[in-house]
Amino acid sequence: MAERPGWGRAYGLLLWSRIAAQVSYRRSFALDLVGQAAVVLLDLIEMLAVFHQVPVLTGFTVNDVLVMFGLASVGFALADLAVGQVDGLGEYVRTGTLDIMLVRPLPVLGQLITSDLQVRRLGRVALGLGVLAVAVTRAGVDWTPGRVLLLVLTPFCGMIIFAALWVAASSVIFFLVEGQEFVSSVTYGGNYLSRWPFSVFNLAMARLFTFVLPNAFVAYLPAVAILGHTDPTGLPGWLAWCGPLAAGWTAGLAALAWRTGLRRYVGAGG
Amino acid sequence: MAALAGAGFRRYATYRQATIAGAFTNTVFGVIKLSILLAVARQAGGTVAGYDAAALSTYTWASQGLISAVWLFAWTPIATRVRTGDIAIDLARPAHPVLVWLAEDLGRAGQALLFRFAVPMVAGGLIFGLRAPTRWLTVPLFAVSAVLAIAVSFGCRLLVNLTAFWLLDVRGVSTLYVVANNTLSGLLVPVAFFPGWASRAAYATPFPSMLQVPTDILVERHVGATAVGSLAVQAGWVVLLLAAATWMLARGTRRLVVQGG
Repeated sequence: MAERPGWGRAYGLLLWSRIAAQVSYRRSFALDLVGQAAVVLLDLIEMLAVFHQVPVLTGFTVNDVLVMFGLASVGFALADLAVGQVDGLGEYVRTGTLDIMLVRPLPVLGQLITSDLQVRRLGRVALGLGVLAVAVTRAGVDWTPGRVLLLVLTPFCGMIIFAALWVAASSVIFFLVEGQEFVSSVTYGGNYLSRWPFSVFNLAMARLFTFVLPNAFVAYLPAVAILGHTDPTGLPGWLAWCGPLAAGWTAGLAALAWRTGLRRYVGAGG
Repeated sequence: MAALAGAGFRRYATYRQATIAGAFTNTVFGVIKLSILLAVARQAGGTVAGYDAAALSTYTWASQGLISAVWLFAWTPIATRVRTGDIAIDLARPAHPVLVWLAEDLGRAGQALLFRFAVPMVAGGLIFGLRAPTRWLTVPLFAVSAVLAIAVSFGCRLLVNLTAFWLLDVRGVSTLYVVANNTLSGLLVPVAFFPGWASRAAYATPFPSMLQVPTDILVERHVGATAVGSLAVQAGWVVLLLAAATWMLARGTRRLVVQGG
């Protein structure tokens, strides 16, 4: 074992080579950062256009909903930074790159993640944090130690939930090589849904995205607790603290789905 | 031209899994988008920016059905041909390259319309109900407007691609284009949701002609002379954009040097 570098060191080297390669083209990198931030800006424009039409939405003001927006944006941006590269899986299967990864003595998921880490996605994390900071200031939160803790904890739970759902959904690619858009409906669709008050959705849909796919723990439930509201869909306030539990559930789901998919994979070549 | 359009159609029809997955995704996004819009309408007392619940449903499902045909996202195959030098082959063809690319794109869009328009429209209609048109002319006007929308989008996308003659990497231009068109075409929310000045600014660009105009014709916000007027605006954009693209291609070709024998 002594002559073989540990996993940590191997991944560290892979990651560092990716980061150095991207940052070396400075102007291109700066443009990419701006482009990523622009994507968040788009979502923000949509939300502001809605609140140009109505002052409150199911009891939530624009500042309340911006807290949800900020929490969801940071969680999703961190997840995208961590596992967004998994979106390339279909391409790796088609071109046979996945077969090369399978013969290396490192887990495939780890290699996929380090294969194309996009540092430019930090642009999104930054803008999300900016929105969150402005929103919690303007929403006039009555701060308690518990609420501060929930505010800090939630983006990390959000990151794990989004990332795990991303990996779980991507396992579909092992069965349907061209199924990338199915994956998008879980990942990007989940991001779209998570930044709105769940009281706008049909109750069955709201419950589905709370107890099966736990998107409600990414932003909505914690934001309701931080803002001191009661949930109009009728869920108790303590549920907001179950984010880590939801993260654990999705992580387990992801591990199961990924292993099942990978075991079934037989290659795309002739 | 018809043969080229047919080839474009068949090329995309090969990817059946991708088509089904795509239609599914368009439907999922439609459910989320419409849920939000309907909550806004309820909050506003039934009607928001002139749309009632049934009109919002038709707007949502028609636009979800149209987005893959019109294509409002990144699209840079011609820029790649410029960069690799394959553009020389297009220039050597007996037909004008702009017409060849247009024919291929119409074929691609035809395939997308046939498969990806129907699924969200039917699924959405079954779940949420749709607004029935009150005039027989509405559906044919919508069909013409949808084809013009595809041509407007193609003209804009071509202009973005042709900047490759001057820029090494069109990714920046492409991202800016996607952001502008997703905001101003009515993809996120109807353009009428914006404040007056922003909505007027949007209508000074070709973007609403790609999505908002056809869907507004379908929900009968534009009827009679107004509807014909919006078709004329769309047609005007098509002529202007294709003329600009032809001019840009001619200018670009003059500075093009393809390496190799």
